[in-house]
Amino acid sequence: MTSQQMSTDTSTLHAALSAFVYHEAMLLDTRRYDEWLSLYAEDGLYWMPLSPDQPLGDEAPSLLYEDLLLLRLRMQRYGNPRAHSLHPAVRGLRILQAPQIAQAEPGSTVHQTRTPFLYVETQGDAQRTLAATAHHTIEGEPGAFKLRMKKVVLLNADASLPAIQLLL
Amino acid sequence: MKDGSFQQGFGHLVGPDQVHRDLYIDPDVYRAEQARLWTRAWVYVGHESQTPAVGDYTTTDIAGQSMIMLRSSGNEVTVLMNRCAHKGSQLVHEHAGNCGKVLRCPYHAWTYRLDGSLLSIPLKNDYEGTNLSACPSGKGLASPGAYVNYKGFVFARISQDGPDFESYFGEALATLDNMVARAPDGELSVLGSPLRNRIGCNWKLYLENVNDTVHPISTHESAASAAKHVAEALPEGGDTVLAMEQLLPFGAGYSFYSEMGARVLPHGHSILGTKFSIHTGYAPLPDYQAELEARHGKEGAQQILAFSPQNTVLYPSLAAKASPMILRVLRPLAVNETLIETWAFAPKNAPARLRQRAASYARLVFSPMSVVAHDDVHLFESQQRGLACDGNEWLSLHRGYQESELQAGASSMESGNNEWVIRNQHRGWLNLMGDAA
Repeated sequence: MTSQQMSTDTSTLHAALSAFVYHEAMLLDTRRYDEWLSLYAEDGLYWMPLSPDQPLGDEAPSLLYEDLLLLRLRMQRYGNPRAHSLHPAVRGLRILQAPQIAQAEPGSTVHQTRTPFLYVETQGDAQRTLAATAHHTIEGEPGAFKLRMKKVVLLNADASLPAIQLLL
Repeated sequence: MKDGSFQQGFGHLVGPDQVHRDLYIDPDVYRAEQARLWTRAWVYVGHESQTPAVGDYTTTDIAGQSMIMLRSSGNEVTVLMNRCAHKGSQLVHEHAGNCGKVLRCPYHAWTYRLDGSLLSIPLKNDYEGTNLSACPSGKGLASPGAYVNYKGFVFARISQDGPDFESYFGEALATLDNMVARAPDGELSVLGSPLRNRIGCNWKLYLENVNDTVHPISTHESAASAAKHVAEALPEGGDTVLAMEQLLPFGAGYSFYSEMGARVLPHGHSILGTKFSIHTGYAPLPDYQAELEARHGKEGAQQILAFSPQNTVLYPSLAAKASPMILRVLRPLAVNETLIETWAFAPKNAPARLRQRAASYARLVFSPMSVVAHDDVHLFESQQRGLACDGNEWLSLHRGYQESELQAGASSMESGNNEWVIRNQHRGWLNLMGDAA
């Protein structure tokens, strides 16, 4: 393999990872939750720690620490007309910086990206903005990527927070 | 005191079976609460495991007053006002940290020993012949009127005068005793950081809901039915899924709560679920149970584990669950805004499952992202807005009311659905608001 080939492979991979991260956010923006869930690996995890350096695990509180079962539960509730807190309707929008490739080698099976973003959630006349960094752990080949973990670190994870109703 | 408008007291706001909306929406009532109730009551400050090493501190605001809980020596925790004796700067500015061997004010470098006594002042000679040492500023850091470290749980009373700790809480301390008894080594520890919620409602609406057994079936219908739906897809005979064990009981019907029993205590305290609760059915942990039996005997261990109330209210600042081991701490911020901090606990050296239980429940039910809490918070904030409507100025608390309860003192009741547990909070409120409290 020439160095030019390798660099082409690397940039193709990086572009595919970026596209995956943007696509994932778009599916949440547009509430295409079934497609969003299908991005996840079977043992995938969505995690929002209470501090940037919190160790991974379920033996201390997190803002959110959900496997596919709990994510499905969350989506299932969205569809219930008696999910009172969703009236009036809640809408969310994610404004992403270009994803940074933290770790991605052609031929490797696990890749990592880091994406600072703003999340805006609106309901009735109230609108709130949160700042966060998303760390995606993505496995597999371009075209067949699966999300192993989405870790979202809120800039103010240690602050007292209002109800955040949708996923970031 | 800015409560001159309440020269007749507050009795007109608390009826035997209903309460007036001004309890929740009147800024003057809120200001009077800050000056009276929150300074006279014993208020939860923190747990000693938050400050394990000498010099470790945490800060918390009670009634708008910043306090430092500080590990002043190996076995002593001190509570000090976070206010330099000189000109009022706060001494520390973090939620938690370590101050080293002394507290040093960043403004003019006055320093204090960890017990709050004054250690040194710059330009000391310039104070010779002045009155400083006879003034409050010369006497070191102020403390709340009283504080107590009860088996690791630290409480303070801002006011110099008031009931002593044990007679204030009385039987309500049994739930804290039970938490400690659940530790085979006799020691508890907080798990990580607290979940911190800012809710747009008066603190009393939140605290009433802690004792409200009738709301889950309608308020939490969407979360309970979603849990049921995903649980049906689980393979039969698989391992117990912790989240399902904790969420499915939210679908329990009215009769479940009508049989769980409750007990009201003086000063607004209560125990809901004296017989059982939604927490009773958690899977047994045989190895852990054996450790408890080694310490307390078979019968003793069984009694400890059988006591699993829905919630114990240590009025006005604390709601406790013995299993999963969780404390919710109430900090009023404004007449229509409340901070709730949820701390998960576990015995030191406990099996991982106990830490997971507390952490999971805290996250699933008390996180700002919890689908259970979302419906609660939505409705508390909705109440806060709805109460502004004219035409009816009262909130009904009539369920199960009988005139005899007015003279009853500490009492047990069969039905957890009896709103006596909530009426009792308001009688505690009135007592702490009164001139003689």
